Amino acid sequence: MFESLSEKLQNVFEQLGKHGVLREEDVKQVLREIRLALLEADVNYKVVKEFTSRVREQAVGKEVTQALNPAQQVVKIVHQELVETLGAPGRLSLTGTAPYVLMLVGLQGSGKTTTVAKLALQLRKQGHFPLMVAADTYRPAAIKQLEVLGRQLDIPVYSEHGRELDPPAICVRGVEQANSRGADVVILDTAGRLQIDTQMMQELETIRERTQPVEVLLVADAMTGQEAVSIATGFHEQVGLTGLILTKIDGDARGGAAISMRSVTGVPIKFLGTGEKTNALELFHPERMASRILGMGDVLSLIELAEESFDLEETARMEKRLRKGKFDLEDFLKQLRQVRKMGSIGELLNMVPGMKRALRGVSIDEAQTEKQLKRVEAIILSMTPEERRNPSVLNGSRRLRIAQGSGTEVQEINQLISQYRQMKKMVKNLNKGKMGRGLSLPKFF
Amino acid sequence: MKGIFDSLRKTRNAVFGQIIGILGGGEITAESWEELEALLIQGDVGVHTALLLVERLREAVREEGLYQTADLQRLLRKEIGALFPEQTDPLNLDWPLAVILIVGVNGSGKTTSIAKLALRLKKQGRKVILAAGDTFRAAAIEQLSIWGERVGVPVVQGEPGGDPGAVVYDAIQIAKSRGMDTLIIDTAGRLHTQHNLMEEMKKIRHIVSKRVAWGPHETLLVLDATTGQNGLSQAKHFLAAVDVSGIVLAKLDGSAKGGMVLSISAQLELPIRFVGTGERKEDFAPFDKDAFIQGLLGEE
Repeated sequence: MFESLSEKLQNVFEQLGKHGVLREEDVKQVLREIRLALLEADVNYKVVKEFTSRVREQAVGKEVTQALNPAQQVVKIVHQELVETLGAPGRLSLTGTAPYVLMLVGLQGSGKTTTVAKLALQLRKQGHFPLMVAADTYRPAAIKQLEVLGRQLDIPVYSEHGRELDPPAICVRGVEQANSRGADVVILDTAGRLQIDTQMMQELETIRERTQPVEVLLVADAMTGQEAVSIATGFHEQVGLTGLILTKIDGDARGGAAISMRSVTGVPIKFLGTGEKTNALELFHPERMASRILGMGDVLSLIELAEESFDLEETARMEKRLRKGKFDLEDFLKQLRQVRKMGSIGELLNMVPGMKRALRGVSIDEAQTEKQLKRVEAIILSMTPEERRNPSVLNGSRRLRIAQGSGTEVQEINQLISQYRQMKKMVKNLNKGKMGRGLSLPKFF
Repeated sequence: MKGIFDSLRKTRNAVFGQIIGILGGGEITAESWEELEALLIQGDVGVHTALLLVERLREAVREEGLYQTADLQRLLRKEIGALFPEQTDPLNLDWPLAVILIVGVNGSGKTTSIAKLALRLKKQGRKVILAAGDTFRAAAIEQLSIWGERVGVPVVQGEPGGDPGAVVYDAIQIAKSRGMDTLIIDTAGRLHTQHNLMEEMKKIRHIVSKRVAWGPHETLLVLDATTGQNGLSQAKHFLAAVDVSGIVLAKLDGSAKGGMVLSISAQLELPIRFVGTGERKEDFAPFDKDAFIQGLLGEE
């Protein structure tokens, strides 16, 4: 997608030649790269300006030893500053007397209703008894959506149906119902609205005044652009926010909006929405977000994706087999399939830091790779179980049969067998040394 | 078109209105360029396109020997205009049953845009039917049905959690048997990075292409105008997966500028078809390049 900041800085420093310290003009060029990288990541223009001036203060005159890579050094400064700006992850403050009211606000389509359900589920897992209140009387079927989610999760929903529905009154009645329904947390699902719509913003103020929430959380789309600042400021000034929730973070947006919103409101980021499933709500990790904004490869996401796609039991079982040196073509096939489940090769490679640089000028023909994988699969599937478990029995006539069965050439089968032997040898060597846990299984490509 | 002008006026006042202020008078200085770049980036035009535009303006200024900031405004309008195609063919709907597939990420405004598009086509005398292909999100089917009632267009519904392909299949049958000439298919929101969901969408497309000659005739990607540079990534992925033929820019009534459509138009050569400018069913207009640019640059 983008060239990462560290790669760009690397280029800058290569052009600059070798100096002992970061000189003013070097810093200037470096800051330009930082500025552009942050802007590409959708961090707000004004926020970027302030940010780069802070980085300048820290970078100028700093000793850059030859031993340490100056690009990495600057990236480190930027990363630390980003982590600082993003701030510590916030937690829900459920203090005072129950029921605790949580009020979710945001633009249309930012993901409020889904997030209400995710929050409710998480709170229940922590031993609370949540009640969800359907206060979006504007969007067609929004009330129904929350009712359906409530049924799916077996969490109660307070809703009203009829013609003249009044959202503040619904919220008040919902909170009143909490005690009789045995709920200690009430989550208000308000309608999406624009921060410049004064009438609708007034409604939120009324709800806030009448329900006295302990938390007012702005739900915002991680893909938001420069507008993040006016959205966050608008909601903060008119309703008073206590925290932010960034949704749709499972896409490939750099998420610069996180920086923008956090720095203009000063309220902590409390959760990240990471998927469509109702359990996909995570605590916020500033380090990860900083790496993501800088495009420093998304190794952590890659690991998570792997964990998600890999059957852990299966992986553990295979690891055991590997340790014993028992690794046959059945295992080969299984691993192949698991990796393919994770997505296309191109997507995966993009998540590996430095891979873009390493592969510069090399084009990966995804279609070709996919085709290759399919052929390997076909070859293994054309073998008998016996042959898969013990490939050493594969003599010439068996290989010919397999080639015919899978529509491939004997040569390709020979290639596969030799690859398999190499793998097995590698595994043996690994076993002699120390092998990591779980996901350190060797990959086939 | 009143809606789009109103919303663009807000846009202009928010940021681009400053263009006149900044470029209003005097000579071009180093700061003029910086300010210009800043304004474009703040409109979500993106670093790449902003720098490109500024570079082109610098060249033009050199070549034409200009030194007044007043000239920059005219040049900027011209250069932004050049990022859009000269002319766009009308929607490809001249078929016995024209099929329009609507795709996009979660929450971009697909369902609302479908209702507005349906109303618009109905007013043009077309017989429109909708397919509720979002069987995944809770109550998405009801949402489309309510919209269908509001704009007076029938909706083919499937089972919640059912196979969207089956809904599309049924909808095609029903559309044909009822003599409809336009089928608009709603699909579940999906992030463009979700491999499996993108594959599912390809299947829906495949079902249409097998049942309706040359279908789907239009595949429109609905983008949220508040989206930043990720809009380009969305367009690229959806283009690769389902051969998107145009863009609907939703939610342009906020303070967002939708500047990312400049990159999408320039780099992917995708026509911007419609803009959504509010929650009412009438808040929808064909994209008008000149109006868009005029609004962007704060001209009446």
